[in-house]
Amino acid sequence: MPDIEWRQLATLAGKEFRDRMRNRWVLAVALVFTVFSLVITYFGAAQQGQLGPRSIEFTIASLVSLVIYLIPLIALLLGFDAIVGERERGSLDLLLALPITRLELLLGKYLGLAAALTLSTVIGFALDGLLLFRQFGWPGLYHYLGFVFSSVLLGLAFLSLALLISVLTRERTKASGLAIALWFGLVLVFDLLMLGLLVASGGEFGGQALAYLLLLNPTDIFRILNVFSLDQVRSLYGLASIVPPALANPWLMGGAMLAWIAAPLALATWRFRS
Amino acid sequence: MTSTTPVNEVPAAIALRDVTKHFGAVHAVDGVSLSVRRGELFGLIGHNGAGKSTLFKMMLGLLPVSSGEIAIAGASVRGRDFRAARRQIGYLPEHLALYDNLSGIETLRFFAKLKGADLSGCAPLLERLGLAAAAKRPVREYSKGMRQRLGFAQALLGAPQVLFLDEPSNGLDPAAIREFYAILHELRDQGVTVLITSHILAELQERVDRLAIMVSGRVQALGSVPELREQQDMPLHILLRLPPSALELLRSCLAAVPGLSLSAVAGQPGQQLVSCPRPAKMAVLAALAPLGDLLLDLQIQEPSLEDVFFGLRTPPPDLPLRVRPPEGGEEARERPFASSGGPHA
Repeated sequence: MPDIEWRQLATLAGKEFRDRMRNRWVLAVALVFTVFSLVITYFGAAQQGQLGPRSIEFTIASLVSLVIYLIPLIALLLGFDAIVGERERGSLDLLLALPITRLELLLGKYLGLAAALTLSTVIGFALDGLLLFRQFGWPGLYHYLGFVFSSVLLGLAFLSLALLISVLTRERTKASGLAIALWFGLVLVFDLLMLGLLVASGGEFGGQALAYLLLLNPTDIFRILNVFSLDQVRSLYGLASIVPPALANPWLMGGAMLAWIAAPLALATWRFRS
Repeated sequence: MTSTTPVNEVPAAIALRDVTKHFGAVHAVDGVSLSVRRGELFGLIGHNGAGKSTLFKMMLGLLPVSSGEIAIAGASVRGRDFRAARRQIGYLPEHLALYDNLSGIETLRFFAKLKGADLSGCAPLLERLGLAAAAKRPVREYSKGMRQRLGFAQALLGAPQVLFLDEPSNGLDPAAIREFYAILHELRDQGVTVLITSHILAELQERVDRLAIMVSGRVQALGSVPELREQQDMPLHILLRLPPSALELLRSCLAAVPGLSLSAVAGQPGQQLVSCPRPAKMAVLAALAPLGDLLLDLQIQEPSLEDVFFGLRTPPPDLPLRVRPPEGGEEARERPFASSGGPHA
């Protein structure tokens, strides 16, 4: 059992959270989510000559794209300098000379940043949720809350990756470069690569097993989680046709997302402590 | 040179036993044994790359030792009771980085919580260090000197028994330096042990009780400033002022004292410098008596700490760290402790 004093954890997390509140980071990110989500909800069906939300399913499908681009980027930018920043400024030694463990420092920072990210995500999507509730009632809100919850999980997974980068690098510039490269890799390149493989092999490469490679990317887990919960929109995604039914299990996908939160954090802890 | 005070016999505030730290083949710290007493103001000096910072980090528990043992206030800073040990420690790093968005009082409260110190002690500490008026201002508005004072206040949180101060007078003006050392002496009188590093040797000379000079990862000299002068057998300088006509008489007076040299001070007509072995001081003064009123002035100049420092056979600052030679090729060195320390926990 690791040696953790919860009081120390709370102090470190509280400082990180208050910092983000004080410098209006939470407010700014919440505002971005609010504006984008409202715009997408109201103008998402404009190409079909319609204004306002068509259905909760299509609204969420549109918002999924927004979240996949935005949340990983925000989470990576939020967390990449958590440790390397302290190291570069010279404050890491001062912190580590205090009666705290490296695990407490890392977890404290993660929890504080996670709280800020979660709060900004929830606030950012709250207004849109209220409007969708008025339009579609409780069933709509139920789907929407599931979407917001999975968005939070996606953010936490990328925050965990950001902390791993922060622990592994010695300079902030390298950490920021790595964070952006990771965003490009997982958000833009990974799916293209998968589709490219599939098309190049005439749909024969890897067979059904190829679909399980989607678990290697938290953004795909997020997409599957939301797409498979909505019958009407499965067909919207090219990948939906190759995803085996086993991946439609929300518990399995939820577990995979939790693994994406835990594994990088565990790796970061191991590296930081060694 | 190493201390000969065994760790186990004297209740030392800081006890190092044959501490070694190597990074690959490079031995940054090489068999350092040291015992700093409770209530002692102890200086640690050396060239850049001499191993001071590495030793400092090991004492603070920031780096594991390669071999040997370190105990601070009787406990290991990296062992099972590391929290208790670190609560006894106050640390002011050389490159102090505080949180710009926090105010002075918030900074102290943050560190006090992590140290388990009483939060009600924060405001009085700021008052004591002259920062009460700026307590609620964000640290980003603080001058370098104010930041340094805030860093010092942070180190004093929780009434630590051992203070580690790395270049603590950085950015302080002369009045603040004087005030800073007054506080240190006050703390020392209360039994607090202070380990301090500084590149300004003149600042330490009159203020520390003892000091260690590190060279190439080893403690090359250890003791009080007078003891170091003795150890180095540094000559004493006596500056004389007398009319040129008395020079011949001076020479004849000093002829009877063996081992001294006499030279004119360049650019200072009428001034002569006598360099003699320290034990010959009284003999020189007695020999000068026949000069009577011809001797217009006399100043005895003790070697400064800087003289002692540079009197050691120290390598230039930018030489690489010492690399341990192959097994068996190293010269024998003093081993003050009977048993050899195992790897540090």
